[in-house]
Amino acid sequence: MAVKKGEVWILLGATSAMARAMARQLAERGDALILTGRDMDDMAATAADCEIRGAHDARVVAFDARDPETFQPIIDLLDERIVNAAVFVGSMPDQGDIDSDPSLVDGTVMDSFTGPARFLQQLAPEIEARGAGVVVGVGSVAGDRGRLGNYVYGAAKAGFHTYLSGLRNRLTRAGGHVVTVKPGFIDTAMTWGIEGMFLVAPPEKVAADILKAADRRRDVIYTPFFWRYIMAIIRAIPERVFKKMSI
Amino acid sequence: MRWKTTEYAGWGRALRATGDLARPERVTALAALMGESPAPAIGNCRSYGDACLNSGGKAVQMLRLDRIKGFDPTSGIVTVEAGMQLGELARIFAPQGWLPAVMPGTGFATVGGAIAHDVHGKNHHGVGSFGQHVRALTLIGPDGQTTRITPDHPLFRATVGGLGQTGVIVSAELQMLKCKGDVIVVTERRIEGWDEFLGHLDASDASYTVGWIDATAQGDALGRGILEEAETGSGLVTAPGRAKSVPFDAPGFALAPAVVRAFNAAYFRRVPQKGRTVVKPIQEFFFPLDRIRNWNRLYGREGFHQFQCVVPVDQAPALRAMLERIAGSGLASPLAVLKRMGPGRAGMMSFPMEGYTLAVDFPNRARAVRMIADLESDTLAAGGRIYLAKDSLAKGASLRAMYPEQRDWAELVNATDPDGALATDMIRRLDLRTV
Repeated sequence: MAVKKGEVWILLGATSAMARAMARQLAERGDALILTGRDMDDMAATAADCEIRGAHDARVVAFDARDPETFQPIIDLLDERIVNAAVFVGSMPDQGDIDSDPSLVDGTVMDSFTGPARFLQQLAPEIEARGAGVVVGVGSVAGDRGRLGNYVYGAAKAGFHTYLSGLRNRLTRAGGHVVTVKPGFIDTAMTWGIEGMFLVAPPEKVAADILKAADRRRDVIYTPFFWRYIMAIIRAIPERVFKKMSI
Repeated sequence: MRWKTTEYAGWGRALRATGDLARPERVTALAALMGESPAPAIGNCRSYGDACLNSGGKAVQMLRLDRIKGFDPTSGIVTVEAGMQLGELARIFAPQGWLPAVMPGTGFATVGGAIAHDVHGKNHHGVGSFGQHVRALTLIGPDGQTTRITPDHPLFRATVGGLGQTGVIVSAELQMLKCKGDVIVVTERRIEGWDEFLGHLDASDASYTVGWIDATAQGDALGRGILEEAETGSGLVTAPGRAKSVPFDAPGFALAPAVVRAFNAAYFRRVPQKGRTVVKPIQEFFFPLDRIRNWNRLYGREGFHQFQCVVPVDQAPALRAMLERIAGSGLASPLAVLKRMGPGRAGMMSFPMEGYTLAVDFPNRARAVRMIADLESDTLAAGGRIYLAKDSLAKGASLRAMYPEQRDWAELVNATDPDGALATDMIRRLDLRTV
């Protein structure tokens, strides 16, 4: 297999359909993978799959956004190669469940914002030291405006977007880069069977968009692209009207 | 696991179902689901009729479990999850010198579906059926238990060709075949009539042999077509372009008899009188129609039926009479295939038998449905059988009579799945689990 890039990619939340699709595309261009998440058996299957598809190598490490003890062992695996990271973790409990059990707020924020942010704080010096490397943060269109259906998840993602913006500011001056990805409805286990889904995009398409954005050093992308316009409209609705809507 | 109420159809689109589908992305999710509410697995719904349908019930769509779990480059044994599509497997491994031993006419078929139908390919005369290359499979039964099944296990022959009735196939170990590379060298010859066709099919010693047949030609031209014989090779050929889609259901006249006759005549003359040898990417030979996604929409909203039977070698005259019936009806579409089969089969309900197999597509019209019923009787009388992966019209009694091990199979399956949790529309239509 030709090693085109020979860079290392850390995927946080590698059991998600989007991460799996991206891992395969990275594998076919010969990159090295560090797959992290909680379901070790599942990630082992993805790692084997990626190695056969051409990954330079694929390793599996435990990562739990709610357990910072799991963060440093991942950083410790790095060698002198350029390192990139993509964050796919996050959790979206039903808003109704959160409304009846407010303690669910903490876990949602930890999974979708503070856990990955703390990990990226530990990774940032590595990127600065190498003077190169891309961080891809997968946020959500839900972070663009708080709404009835999932405002705690949306708030966590909004926090993550702001964090990524700041991290971009920091890493850019060291030669690194940060891409903020805002997916719309993606055809994954998270959206399967939920009412009201439309224009659902396959995870392979999202993964291809993310890789293109990373290669071209784009700052903020919506995927599929038309969500930029949908969200522009939703953001433009005056709050005094929006507060009465349920979209 | 969330369930999604969906309308879905077999590839022929003549039969449809509305039911709840789950689509697990991890094996743990699949195992949990089977423990709670066992349901039959479906793959990419490339079987034509109702083998992949469960109206009003549940089904587990396996496409997201599609990883290669291991590969031994010395033996060529690959372990894959059941949702892996065969075209993808070929795309990955052909450049490394290995091909799935058996590939059906579409690369969109999944490994799980290929096992459940014990599919065959253009090399059946040489290497047998798909199931004969399965070294082991992992099955989650309707009791939620996971079992590794090797060919000596009592459930192996009930699972291969077993229409999903023993459980959900999670993964399989497949013995692949060595190939020279990802190109194929195809020799195409015009065949002027029936007897000549059978002679060439009998005599062919190529690894891959298949006949396209003009099912509208009558009289002296009956059974004319093109013989394709192929071997894998290596080299550089133009990569296939991007697949195209059929954007909408075609109107009824798209496949009117005059159109089909004209198309077939042109298709026949495409190959020069003296024949020719062409080199192309393997997928263009193995999966010629996959270049046009959703080609089934060419038959319009009503869909179509594919009739495929196999008859013993000595019943070739009966098959010729069936082709005469088809040609005389003027109902056939351009898609018609004639092949010599070997004896290879791996399951109790496997389709193959030593003989000749004929496959023809028909638009879903009342006259075609009546003719397929006649063809079914002809097949039974000739001691042949109809392919369950294609069937959407057969009657249970005659179908069961074509499969001598059906009762034994039904007994085993009923013992494994006593509540009938894995039954599908096809099982109910044909009463396949009746002992």
